[in-house]
Amino acid sequence: MAASPLASTVLFNVGPVSITRPVVTTWAIMGVLAIGLRLLTRRLGMHPDRRQAVLELVVTGILTQIEDTIRKKPRPFLPLLGTLFIFLVAANLSGVLPGVEGPTAKPETPAALGLIVFIAVHFYGVRAHGPLGYLASFAKPKLIMLPLNLVSEVTRTFSLMVRLFGNVMSGEFVIGLVVALAGLFVPIPLMVLEILIGLVQAYIFTILATVFIGAAVDTAD
Amino acid sequence: MDAIKLVSIIAAALAVSIGSIGPALGEGRSVAAAMDAIARQPEAAGTISRTLFVGLAMIETMAIYCLVIALLLLFANPYAG
Repeated sequence: MAASPLASTVLFNVGPVSITRPVVTTWAIMGVLAIGLRLLTRRLGMHPDRRQAVLELVVTGILTQIEDTIRKKPRPFLPLLGTLFIFLVAANLSGVLPGVEGPTAKPETPAALGLIVFIAVHFYGVRAHGPLGYLASFAKPKLIMLPLNLVSEVTRTFSLMVRLFGNVMSGEFVIGLVVALAGLFVPIPLMVLEILIGLVQAYIFTILATVFIGAAVDTAD
Repeated sequence: MDAIKLVSIIAAALAVSIGSIGPALGEGRSVAAAMDAIARQPEAAGTISRTLFVGLAMIETMAIYCLVIALLLLFANPYAG
């Protein structure tokens, strides 16, 4: 029987806390991203060279997507959503490297990311409307919608987590099964598909987080 | 093999097979509608495909729920001992 995709291998223990493999992979990705991007953005000039042009392309691309989605000034939301997108791309694609299993293929990392989005939605909502105004927005358009709105806050975060976990995990699971059944080079087309799925899921997670935050800060009505 | 394991395996297969019918029909309809819209208004292709991707992800979540239920039955079944 194949190893359970729901359980993580424990690498070592720090006191009562067990450190699992996805956590170590996440730390490695965070380290590479933090140091690498720090080095890449060291000498920024008014006349961009090739490296800076690529970076600017990424940042303005994310900014345009946020602005198209929530139709507000995108700058206040860039730190969270941009980091989320870049981390997710790195995490989803890290599963393609030999010997590495992507941290998003285990339920814990998507759960943590979903929790971040959940808290950020309420943070931006309270900041845009004030505490009472934000609480009142749950009773719109009618008071009878209040339970549904409250339930949907939880379920949509849960589905955000399950979607990311399920897509990435099922891809890696299928590749593992095909390797076990058919041989070494057979799953290469599946791995190409897995790269595409990883990019699309990173994009969708970020866009849905943007949509949720946009709905929380919406001042139209 | 006891009865609970047997029933769990059958239930996992049923969950994935039946549960993927609905999302498949839904995704087919939405892609067809999006293609229709792009054919009518090619200049709106960017907005349409972005909304389409988000919508497809929403629909696909239903199939992923079934997959997760199947995996729970197979790997984390609380009744299988």
